[in-house]
Amino acid sequence: GEPDRVDINTQGNIHNNRQTRIQETGTYIGQITRGRQVIRGEDSFEEAPMYVAVLTYMGYGIVILFGYFRDFLRAVGLEKCHQAQEREEQKDFVPLYQDFENFYKRNLYMRVRDNWNRPICSLPGPVFDVMERVSDDYNWTFRLTGKTVENVINMGSYNYLGFAENNVDFLKTVAEETRQYGVGVCSTRQELGNFSIHEKLERLVAEFLGVESAMAFGMGFATNSMNIPALVGKSCLILSDELNHTSLILGARLSGATIRVFKHNNMQSLEKLLKEAICSGQPRTHRAWKKILIMVEGIYSMEGSLVRLPEILALKKKYKAYLFLDEAHSIGAVGPTGRGVTEHFGVDPNEVDVLMGTFTKSFGATGGYIAGKKELVDYLRSHSHSAVYATAMSPPVVEQIIRAIKCIMGVDGTTEGQRRVRQLSENMCYFRSRLKEMGFIVYGNQDSPVVPLLLYLPGKVGAFSRAMLKRKIGVVVVGFPATPITEARARFCVSAAHTREMLDKVLQSLDELGDHIRVKFSRHRPSHRQELYNETDFELDS
Amino acid sequence: MDMKNMRENMGWLYYQYLLITGIYVLEPWEQSIFNTLLFTMVAMVIYTSYVFVPIHVRLALEFCMISPITYGHFFAINVLVITG
Repeated sequence: GEPDRVDINTQGNIHNNRQTRIQETGTYIGQITRGRQVIRGEDSFEEAPMYVAVLTYMGYGIVILFGYFRDFLRAVGLEKCHQAQEREEQKDFVPLYQDFENFYKRNLYMRVRDNWNRPICSLPGPVFDVMERVSDDYNWTFRLTGKTVENVINMGSYNYLGFAENNVDFLKTVAEETRQYGVGVCSTRQELGNFSIHEKLERLVAEFLGVESAMAFGMGFATNSMNIPALVGKSCLILSDELNHTSLILGARLSGATIRVFKHNNMQSLEKLLKEAICSGQPRTHRAWKKILIMVEGIYSMEGSLVRLPEILALKKKYKAYLFLDEAHSIGAVGPTGRGVTEHFGVDPNEVDVLMGTFTKSFGATGGYIAGKKELVDYLRSHSHSAVYATAMSPPVVEQIIRAIKCIMGVDGTTEGQRRVRQLSENMCYFRSRLKEMGFIVYGNQDSPVVPLLLYLPGKVGAFSRAMLKRKIGVVVVGFPATPITEARARFCVSAAHTREMLDKVLQSLDELGDHIRVKFSRHRPSHRQELYNETDFELDS
Repeated sequence: MDMKNMRENMGWLYYQYLLITGIYVLEPWEQSIFNTLLFTMVAMVIYTSYVFVPIHVRLALEFCMISPITYGHFFAINVLVITG
């Protein structure tokens, strides 16, 4: 087709612009930025060798067979059933606990249950204390021994910028606001819960993101699930990415709109769906869709992959759709000054119609926000379930977010925020590249603070988590319902509060454990770094 | 020292076997059941192969007329009949 020249009014770097050509398939050659060229690193989704998939299925098969055997023993009565069972009178009715989910929970999850829900008794900073617990009946019940495992390195908390801290100097303003406002709000935003501190927060969030207006809600999950129904309705179309979070899926389902799913980060699949939607319209009547909303996330938390924002924006403009960008993990963690994926790609945040994010990950608080044009946010203030019915955010939490945003922006007069953003970027590059060098399969983009390390086999998942806790490192392992059945993984969340020594200790333990358990499946092992020569004098050849 | 190394090695190999087959998550008595079953099957396979494989190999070779061991005179007469 005809190449479209997009002229951008930049201050000086016009010679850096490249032409964008929208080809037939909708793929892009270069990316226009405001004078700065951004090369988006490729997401890596390396496939494991075939024998790993075979062994994974075999492992699951054997454990499922034993699950059936144990269920048989329980049904016959040779073994006591610890899980809930129907009463005698209910046995003739439709069975309650026979579906695969309950089977999986009873026979597979229970056996390795001690790797999740570990009780923590300190603040979830870079190191924390875990309470020791043992089980006498193979994880059906737990008992705390009373001892604490101290100084466990925390590689699982979403503490990207290290704002989960209890340093008294940093928390002075939070204490003052608590003294002024108390802790409880006792009302919804619409009634008597609209404090001046809430308005201050919203103005600050809008300024931080570079948009007109923003609104903050008390719970991150509820921000998605309660606001999407207010934005789209019955004759609208939602195009959602394959790997979107449950909150987005729940919000989409609650809204009553038609949902179509496109392959993860695949722009051809998205364009095909857009073309089809515009050509055919609604299913039976073939009328035009009232709204087409594309829902994507900034960073996908299970894969660590980055969204392809410039391509989606171009598609959005071409087909006149709307974009909902969920920056739960990317706000504060991505971008040179922590403003999220819009800054990372050099895109104007006003081009994204609805910017959503959470304060739980990078700001060390709770809640979420939705930002965009003033009309949009004013509409949400009166039409969203969360705004009308949910209690407003608690004042100390609001002040924590305000101080975190001020710190990142540098408004409080220190360079602490910028130091943390840079430290996070350094830490995540270092961690990811060292893991790749060691030969682990690691998914995702090099600019994401979420580092998933693939384990695949069900036996190794439990062994990995227990062995890491023994070495005083706390990791999060994720298995079947949250990930595909063959791709169990350990997910590391790098933080700006981790020092180089902590990361080195973790990497060294991973190296040893990787060899002991054998999870280094990567076939792209790069060459080891050359040994430094130990010579202290070099003969100069003349 | 060699014995200790070998025992450590065998221990590590057993651990790998537990992880790969997924037996690691099972309770000890279930592991014993699986090990017994597997050992029984492997023992039966070894016994069967010890008893029957030489016989089958010999029959296969004879079918291809590569090594006529006891029926050599039949083979020679057939060759004479065909050529003569």
